[in-house]
Amino acid sequence: MNSVSGEFCLLLAGVLFALGLTGVLIRRNIIFILMSVEIMLNAAGLAFVVAAARWHEPDGQVMFIFILAMAAAEVSVGLALVLRFFRCFGTLDADAAGRMRD
Amino acid sequence: MLELLWLIPALPLAGFCTLVMAGPRLAKQGVAFIGAGSVGISAAMAMLVSISFIGSPPAGHAFSQTLWPWMEVSGLKADISFALDPLSLIMILVITFVGFLIHLYSVEYMREDEGYSRFFSYMNLFVASMLTLVLADNLLLLYLGWEGVGLCSYLLIGFWYRDPENGRAGRKAFIVTRIGDVALAAGIFLLYTHFRTLQIQELMQQLSVQWKTGSVLATAAVLLFLGGAMGKSAQVPLQTWLPDAMAGPTPVSALIHAATMVTAGVYLIARTHILFSLSPLAMSAVAVIGAVTLLLAGCSALVQRDIKRVLAYSTISQIGYMFLALGVGAWSAAIFHFMVHAFFKALLFLCAGVVIASLGHERDMFRMGGLRRQLPFVFWTFLAGAASLSSLPLVTGGFYSKEFILSQVYTSPSGGILLWVAGLTGAFLTSLYTFRMVFLVFFGKEKSKVDENKSLSLKVPLIILTILSLTGGFFETPQTLGGLSFFTDFMQTVLPSLNPLNSHNFMSSELSLQIIVSLVSLAGVWFAYMLFLRHRSFTEGVAMSGAGGLLHRFWSAGWGFDWLYDRIIVRPFLWIARVNRDDLIDLVYAGTAWYSGQAQRLLSLTQSGNLRWYAAMLAFGAVVFIALAVSV
Repeated sequence: MNSVSGEFCLLLAGVLFALGLTGVLIRRNIIFILMSVEIMLNAAGLAFVVAAARWHEPDGQVMFIFILAMAAAEVSVGLALVLRFFRCFGTLDADAAGRMRD
Repeated sequence: MLELLWLIPALPLAGFCTLVMAGPRLAKQGVAFIGAGSVGISAAMAMLVSISFIGSPPAGHAFSQTLWPWMEVSGLKADISFALDPLSLIMILVITFVGFLIHLYSVEYMREDEGYSRFFSYMNLFVASMLTLVLADNLLLLYLGWEGVGLCSYLLIGFWYRDPENGRAGRKAFIVTRIGDVALAAGIFLLYTHFRTLQIQELMQQLSVQWKTGSVLATAAVLLFLGGAMGKSAQVPLQTWLPDAMAGPTPVSALIHAATMVTAGVYLIARTHILFSLSPLAMSAVAVIGAVTLLLAGCSALVQRDIKRVLAYSTISQIGYMFLALGVGAWSAAIFHFMVHAFFKALLFLCAGVVIASLGHERDMFRMGGLRRQLPFVFWTFLAGAASLSSLPLVTGGFYSKEFILSQVYTSPSGGILLWVAGLTGAFLTSLYTFRMVFLVFFGKEKSKVDENKSLSLKVPLIILTILSLTGGFFETPQTLGGLSFFTDFMQTVLPSLNPLNSHNFMSSELSLQIIVSLVSLAGVWFAYMLFLRHRSFTEGVAMSGAGGLLHRFWSAGWGFDWLYDRIIVRPFLWIARVNRDDLIDLVYAGTAWYSGQAQRLLSLTQSGNLRWYAAMLAFGAVVFIALAVSV
């Protein structure tokens, strides 16, 4: 366990988060946006776990369990919305919903 | 019997309420019955009350009746309460009686008018307000009546509101008298802050004890009251509304602008005469205003073409006489002239109404003429009124009242020869313009066809008023002519009589004064005959010539007061209003609204509906806030 340093793990979490955010911003397919959001959530979770290991506190791991539960709920609601979205627009392109305005 | 006092103003008020609510649904007979009937019963009540008042005078020659407390807030106490004393008794008798005759006349005169019930409801409200004014026991109730008559005059002058010119005349009357009303209100506030009471009797007692003669506060209060009286009574410089007020129907002119409302100022001064006597300066101002007004209005009456405008200017001039009398302390002479004036001026207006209606609403005297044969009845009644107005000696009421005023002005300590000469000149002008009117309308060539309404209800008021204007003066005759003094004796308890300066040779000087007054008024008639009947072409030539024409136009426009006010008040005010329409303060508010609108438009651009754009903004915002939180 000593071979992996805390700084490296935090850097990894940051890279993962940036990747997820980039995915959310540049992907048009709504399924991929949802997956990118999952990546961002897990990146945050990773940061919590690293922090818990660094200070030998269990709180960070508890937070990660919370994030998992929340992510499960989010995905179920999100997928339901995606289904409705597809029924409505016949496509998975997020920009198709842009015509909502005006 | 005296307990019936409250019915006198209440009946016309009830008539007003009934007509307002049910008037349009009633038949014309019903409207006439309620409108004239309520004032008629009120006149009968006034008769009963006065018989019982004179028969068995109450203690202190004053009777007061409190109906209910009106308001009571931290020391400010005002009741709906009426006070009857000889002064208000004379006022209510004249108001109800002349008012009733005019209502009776209007029943026939206004028959064809579509606003029949509206007319009678306003007239009833007017009579009710005027009665409230003169019966009021405290200044606040008096002010209520004061504003009530102002409102009714506005409504009645603009009665034929379809013509914008009539509406303008109504607004003018309302605004000009309002200037006086503000002064009166300020005067009432001043008295209240010093004496903590609005009760007129109590106030007069306190202020004669506490204020010294000629003190600054007393003068200020008197001048404020005088301002109110000038507005209502159309005295210089607030007289400009009255000639325009002739836009209303003729019975309105008779009721409001001759017999009753315009004398409210005279009543106010007589009622608060103890206050006025505290300020010799303001008293001489009253006398001078009266003298100036009677001369200015007399000259203007001389050149008018419209018969009603002649009468309007003559009203201003006669009220000038009353102010002159008040100013020299001849209180009862002023009230006496008020009474006689109410009779003959109502008579003249009602006659003029018949003439105007007979000629198909023609009011220009130069298109009338020779009506003596065509309208003999109106001619004789009008002649009686005109004789009384120009105070022809011995046989007319106007002679006794005007002679009374002039002799009092002559003998009063605060009077003097100058004011007397002004009054005498006024008397000459009065008979000159009055008989100019008589000669132009009733003599000369016949110019138009006549369609006379011979109804009895037009004639009865004229006959009664003729009798009253001829005999109304016999209550008070000078010592050389019997020396009757019913009127001054009756008034004695409210209005102190004047102590003449030189009473030892008073008889002889009074006789010569009477002869002078008689000669002057007869000279006026003779001049009128020469100038306007015999040598009319000469008079017209003078009016056409350069200087004469200029003077003619100047007098005809009422000495240019309207022009002056238009230049120095109306136009600058309109200019300021126009400039101020988009003023700086408004710009601040308008600017705020404009900038919020722009900001809203800018923000609404971000509402693109693009999901990924929102997410980017969210991330950007989060980065900014975290950076801020970390850096601090």
